[in-house]
Amino acid sequence: MARKSHVSTIVNGEPIEFLCDPPQTLLEVLREELQLTGTKEGCGTGDCGACTITLDGRLACACLVLAVEAEGRSIGTVEGIASGEHLHPLQKKFLEEAALQCGVCTPGLLVAAKALLDRNPQPTEQEVRYALAGNLCRCTGYDKVVRAVLDAAVEIGGESP
Amino acid sequence: MKSFRYEAPRTVEEAVALLAKGNGDARVLAGGTDLIVQMRTGVRHLRLIVDVKRIPETLRLEFDGTVLRLGAAVPCAAIREHRELRRIFPGFLEAAELIGSEQIQGRASVGGNVCNASPAADTVPALIALGAECVIAGPERTRSVPVEAFATGPGETVLQTGELLVELRIPAPPTGSGDAYLRFTPRTEMDIAVVGAGVCVTLDGEGRCTAARVALGAVAPTAIRVPAAEEALVGTDLGTEALELAAEEARAAARPIDDLRAPAWYRRHLAGVLTRRSLAIARDRAMRRA
Repeated sequence: MARKSHVSTIVNGEPIEFLCDPPQTLLEVLREELQLTGTKEGCGTGDCGACTITLDGRLACACLVLAVEAEGRSIGTVEGIASGEHLHPLQKKFLEEAALQCGVCTPGLLVAAKALLDRNPQPTEQEVRYALAGNLCRCTGYDKVVRAVLDAAVEIGGESP
Repeated sequence: MKSFRYEAPRTVEEAVALLAKGNGDARVLAGGTDLIVQMRTGVRHLRLIVDVKRIPETLRLEFDGTVLRLGAAVPCAAIREHRELRRIFPGFLEAAELIGSEQIQGRASVGGNVCNASPAADTVPALIALGAECVIAGPERTRSVPVEAFATGPGETVLQTGELLVELRIPAPPTGSGDAYLRFTPRTEMDIAVVGAGVCVTLDGEGRCTAARVALGAVAPTAIRVPAAEEALVGTDLGTEALELAAEEARAAARPIDDLRAPAWYRRHLAGVLTRRSLAIARDRAMRRA
């Protein structure tokens, strides 16, 4: 058995170290080694966006990242979006406006939507739809998701004029 | 995925040495959006993965006003974020931005798109239209190959054992030029080109075309250049008639197949339509930059 690799990363702002084998994806390590099960596995081929994370600030599908690649990188998952008990405005709007049904796509949508609002605090509906085109939802039909993101943008804008 | 060894060298020389020793069972990892899918679905089994994202040369993104040096592992998202490139290479950016979702853009590289050698690769016709070159490091020497000669068949390239695509060199088109890329897909986003057309034209002070390059994707085993279409354009004012002649040449040059995305006859038809439309966009851009 080959020796495992030792990987040092930052996950949601905290230094985290783990051991992994080269074929393990970052998604497997997040869920099975680090117990960060918010990130979901959908297709496993980068098409559905359920495993969306940020890697050094850019969106990525964790199913298409080898865990060993994460050495020295900074990872953001859905668990890092809320501040303690305080939900992020996106999370609040998703709940208030029922922008989810089964919930499997929700963590990926939240991470992708947050990346959008961080870059573009007042997106148009079209911009939201393009930015979330890599997140497939088979339940809600997207309208509630798009509205929740637009309303969250308004709320965030109101908080910090 | 089956077991393999992972290496992340810091220099081009180390990467080349690893790939040379890997003897065909090794593969370069950049964004992983093709390679990891191929490994996870069992299409490809490898003994060694050489991650090139720790090598400064493959992460280079430099534009000096004359040539864009694009490291082979630079993700599409970084190209999009660059301040100047959209103005100089709008067609190339159109092609790079079409690839996948935001999540894919964050990892997928143009170098990987070129090395994966899909006949439908979006950036390849756009790169051919700009006259881009592949800079390849190897155990013996470094060499340069035009993008149009890099792929030799579906999934096949000129890369020999131990060779590594380090960067793409994309010359800025001269004043009075415009490039454009259009593709057809059944849905607007997240799809693979049924046909793609990348073009670049240059106009003189009188609005006469002095240079043209036309390239097509997904109509042959590799992306192709269409010299006959280019000849039909040079010397004209790129009016309706000239564009229709070029479209005819594109249809004639296409050697498409029937597959699940489209029948061959429809691909041939699209080759003409997309050539005409992308040339009209490139011409309008060239006029604005005259």
